[in-house]
Amino acid sequence: MKQEIFKIASNTQIAPAVYKMTLLGETDAITAPGQFVDIKIDGLYLRRPISVCDLYGNTLTLIYKVVGEGTEKLSESRSGDELDILTGLGNGYDLSLAGDRPLLVGGGVGVPPLLWLAKELKLAGAAPTAVLGFNTADEIILEDDFKKYCENVVVTTVDGSYGIKGFVTDGMPADYSYIYCCGPEPMLRAVYGASETSGQFSFEERMGCGFGACMGCSCKTITGYKRICKDGPVLKKEEILWKQK
Amino acid sequence: METKVNLCGIEIDNPVIPASGTFGYGYEFAELYDINCLGTFSFKGTTKEPRFGNPTPRIAECTAGLINAVGLQNPGVEAVINEEFPKLKKCFNKPVMANVSGFSVEEYAYTCEILDKEEQVGWLEVNVSCPNVHGGGMSFGTDPKCAAEVTNAVKAVTTKPVIIKLSPNVTDIVEIAKACEEAGADGISLINTLLGMRIDLKTKKPVIANTMGGFSGPAIKPVALRMVYQCYEALSIPIIGIGGISSAEDIIEFMLAGATACEIGAQNLVEPYACKRIIDELPAVMEKYGIEDLSEIIGGAH
Repeated sequence: MKQEIFKIASNTQIAPAVYKMTLLGETDAITAPGQFVDIKIDGLYLRRPISVCDLYGNTLTLIYKVVGEGTEKLSESRSGDELDILTGLGNGYDLSLAGDRPLLVGGGVGVPPLLWLAKELKLAGAAPTAVLGFNTADEIILEDDFKKYCENVVVTTVDGSYGIKGFVTDGMPADYSYIYCCGPEPMLRAVYGASETSGQFSFEERMGCGFGACMGCSCKTITGYKRICKDGPVLKKEEILWKQK
Repeated sequence: METKVNLCGIEIDNPVIPASGTFGYGYEFAELYDINCLGTFSFKGTTKEPRFGNPTPRIAECTAGLINAVGLQNPGVEAVINEEFPKLKKCFNKPVMANVSGFSVEEYAYTCEILDKEEQVGWLEVNVSCPNVHGGGMSFGTDPKCAAEVTNAVKAVTTKPVIIKLSPNVTDIVEIAKACEEAGADGISLINTLLGMRIDLKTKKPVIANTMGGFSGPAIKPVALRMVYQCYEALSIPIIGIGGISSAEDIIEFMLAGATACEIGAQNLVEPYACKRIIDELPAVMEKYGIEDLSEIIGGAH
């Protein structure tokens, strides 16, 4: 982890309530797709954790949805503004287990962190397939970006306004070597149930510090208590213990 | 510039102490900076048995602070000694403050007795003020008799300085602090978090799964400072001031109120280098206010 000052290069809306921000700064603490950064926002006490969407040299790309006061303020920041950011947080995805035909399944703002993963998997010689799920056509993001790195890109929409009508589980192919998944918890559960290979799932939790100090975001797993921010956010399929509802 | 202070018979290089629950068992922060610059630190609240704590969400944003309802998640005293201490020893060569919590007087005594024997432990900080557990924690710290009973029981089985960490969620903090002093406490820490809550306007339900939690951060500083000031008038044992401290100026303010040392809690969570920064800033701030020796200003506002 490092605390760095980044300069905003751009911050633009790309879908309803969804923004893409590119930042310039020291990124060397960010070592794996699936990691996140924790952003200090003026006037708010706690930092706000946002997943890394892409990384190229010292350019960091984040895609985030406005869901509350923190992301609302973030969306109002402009190019040239500076942000105090903790970088390189969380474990990220382990690429070594992917096999030759990994499947990437993302839903909503769970899609962006899989983009850098797709890029790295392709670089490593794999042929990934991506299934990207959204509610409706207006919300679709990054489809063309995924096409650069994936053999197949399947888009599903709940209302059927684009691609396959239904959920991401309706778009999952039958044959793949491994699965990587990121999205809201009901989606993670559905994909967990529908997947036949081993895999890795990225979780979300309300965080305090973001770097393992406060135990605010702990969860129970088969291999013991884990902090989503430090031991996660990515959990191996074999260690997931779903919360009782 | 002299920043050394004497905390219950042990001299520490400076009065800056990360507070329990915001610094783990130290080694997480040792990856960021050499934690030997600290006066000491108070490790994660430890109980006899391992605890997962409360369901999530456990954290809520507030104006100038946060609410936490972690609920004393810790691996239990045995694992702390066998697994955490060896890791700590590699990155911290000063005496550490062992923070202990419990659900009965016997349990407090049991855990303290074990930790008292550990070479790395300098002080026992007994938390009778956790607002996030039922049937323990704060219920011992809101009644002078119970607080004294815990103090007595721990003192009977330990040799190291015993510091009782008190709750602000009481009518008369002085009465409880005095009861602890009379029962043999070597020092007191105050304050723990204030009981608070937030409600989510979208779901129309409490943000915290456990409904309420402990409120900390800069917003509570005036309350903490007032309680340190009040207790200093009534006590002759050292006081550790805690509550919203985020700068060297805050340390000096608490020491003037009567604190011998200070704990920094919430600030570590939003600024991981906070304690190092405060230690680095201290000499210049002392100079600005004409302070040669920090220990000379303790209680200076009285």
